[in-house]
Amino acid sequence: MTRDKDDEVPNLAESKLTALVVDDNFINQSIHHKLLDRLGITNDVVCNGKEAVDVHCSGRNYDLILMDMDMPIMNGIQATRRLREMGIESKIAGVTTRANEVERQEFMEAGLNDFQEKPLTISKLLSILTNLNFYVQTS
Amino acid sequence: MQRQVALIKQSLFDQGYLDDQFMELEELQDDANPNFVEEVATLYFKDSARLINNIDQALERGSFDFSRLDSYMHQFKGSSTSIGASKVKTECTTFREYCRVGNAEGCLRTFQQLKKEHATWQDRRGLGRQHVGPSKERDK
Repeated sequence: MTRDKDDEVPNLAESKLTALVVDDNFINQSIHHKLLDRLGITNDVVCNGKEAVDVHCSGRNYDLILMDMDMPIMNGIQATRRLREMGIESKIAGVTTRANEVERQEFMEAGLNDFQEKPLTISKLLSILTNLNFYVQTS
Repeated sequence: MQRQVALIKQSLFDQGYLDDQFMELEELQDDANPNFVEEVATLYFKDSARLINNIDQALERGSFDFSRLDSYMHQFKGSSTSIGASKVKTECTTFREYCRVGNAEGCLRTFQQLKKEHATWQDRRGLGRQHVGPSKERDK
């Protein structure tokens, strides 16, 4: 799905969506945080799967989780499985550079609702939000 | 002066150092975060310096732990992809291929090329920042 540069970036602040960025890479954390900010989505950032699980154990909950696959301590597949075992029903979108079919399938089977290849862009993020029924494109 | 900066940036695109992903980052820059691209670039060069140092040390030891080298390069490739550093990303991919087949000479050769591409971009970025003038961000 491509987006013209002239297309306005939608502001979803009114929908009061919340998101969690789970990524061990500081560059990706910064970019994904900014992408979500730009769309008006309040978001937190954690560095690995264990921190994602811990933040949920502390009682926080999010509408959307952007989950990287390769992370130290607890990777995205392990973290997704764990969150689902805990009964977390948030929408989880896997975001990774690993795109071979076997790895993607394993990640999806862990409990993802959607999957996008890095690097994330506004268009890709809007695609995730559309696929997960958080946003309806009008064109 | 702005024209000089624009020309330097255009040359980076024309010569394949930067790709469309960099433009995506520029689109994220706004009044709330007017230095977003510069901040991300600073973060990238700090992180990449660390990774280059780690890989240099690993290679100097002489015993090639391809799994560890691949892990470092996976991180490097991830950052480079996210910021739009096209040539560096390509060298990362090549390096990882050599790791996969256990080709030490290929790794060494590719790493030299990667450092060269990385240094060229860093030098040109420095030129661009000189033209813009002093900045508080630069001293961080």
